[in-house]
Amino acid sequence: MALRVEVVSPERVLWSGEAEMVVCRTPSGEIAFLPGHVPFLGALGIGKVRVLLAGDAEQVVAVHGGFVEVSHDRVTVLSDDAELPEMIDVVRARTAAEQARSRLAADPGDTEAAAALARAELRLEVAGAGSG
Amino acid sequence: MAGGQERVLRRRIASVASTKKITRAMELIAASRIKRAEVAVAQAVPYSEAITNVVADLAAGGAAPESPYLVPRPEVRRVAFVVLAGDRGLCGAYNSSVLRAAEGAVKEVVDEGRDYGLVTVGRKAEGYFRYRRYRIDAAFAGFTDRPGYDDARRIGRAVAERFLAGTYDRVETIYTRYRSAGVQEVVRRPLIPLEREVVEGGDARPEPVPDTGAPAPTYEFEPSPGAILDLLLPRYVDARLYAALLNAAASEHAARQRAMKAATDNAEELIRSLTRIMNRARQDAITTEIMEIVGGAEALRAAQAAERGEHHALVVAE
Repeated sequence: MALRVEVVSPERVLWSGEAEMVVCRTPSGEIAFLPGHVPFLGALGIGKVRVLLAGDAEQVVAVHGGFVEVSHDRVTVLSDDAELPEMIDVVRARTAAEQARSRLAADPGDTEAAAALARAELRLEVAGAGSG
Repeated sequence: MAGGQERVLRRRIASVASTKKITRAMELIAASRIKRAEVAVAQAVPYSEAITNVVADLAAGGAAPESPYLVPRPEVRRVAFVVLAGDRGLCGAYNSSVLRAAEGAVKEVVDEGRDYGLVTVGRKAEGYFRYRRYRIDAAFAGFTDRPGYDDARRIGRAVAERFLAGTYDRVETIYTRYRSAGVQEVVRRPLIPLEREVVEGGDARPEPVPDTGAPAPTYEFEPSPGAILDLLLPRYVDARLYAALLNAAASEHAARQRAMKAATDNAEELIRSLTRIMNRARQDAITTEIMEIVGGAEALRAAQAAERGEHHALVVAE
């Protein structure tokens, strides 16, 4: 039995399909869901959600905060800010990362810049471009 | 003069025809936007449903309903309204119906001896209440024909801040719900605090989900149900606002399409009747001209005949 997975943003369903395993990052650590997992409801931090498909394929999604609900072999990832790799503008993410880094260098207590950097780095990681 | 009247009519017909071209174009644009807005409404349903399910799961999982988002205040001193109208006119009664309902709601609250708050969405809403000297706490505009989730988030933040600070004790939304291309209705809905029946029947779910009879699964929560609920409820409010924005946008396009279709039909009718009048005027002018010519010729002939007659008379006399 495979998992039915849906990644949903307020504007549309970003991705849906069958998968063998889903790996998410919650604030307290990584958690993986396999078929038969007990019903689970958790908050997601900033991180990537990995959806392992049949074979060796993998679908990654950048999730900037959200929720994951698991019940009856259905995994629903809810996020008001989620992106598929093909939606990510690598050039923009790279400039954003650089700007955030220089702001952090000037003021290490700038939490906004730290958040911006975390987002940019996640985008680059998901897009497979490395953080340069 | 008859020819002058024809010229005036011809000019008027040309002007009505060019107005008709504009209203027809606006009708077609609105029609295509209805489709897009309908798709947006449909695409927002899964998130809205999922987040509603999660809230229900949390309630079943025993999340203590202590969140300020859920507990009605014992004393309601100030009720705020989020009023969703359009940025533009030329859409029939769309704006005026929402605004009339909103003004009525404000008056009702004032009559109950409470204070009101106003958050306007759309230029028309802001203009209406400013002109009537109501106090507006926040105004948003520029996106009503194509709202995005970020717009909902901005409105949500403005409203939630005031609610959590205690400025507002209750928040309601007033907008036009889109049922179908033919049917839209102005609705007034509570937003915060969330009421049980509101949580269960939002815009996303026209039909209540049938009870499958399966026992509610016991969930594992991480972090605690209460903590998840605290993270979730502001997003739930945003999602509800987003659904309201999308409904309002679809309704606005539908209203505009109807108004512009009526305008186009009227222009056509006007052109038809003006053309008829113009043709008659032209015919009259031609008839008059012929009459003049005939009359002139007749007079000439009569004159000649008379002259000849005189001649005859003279000849006879000779």
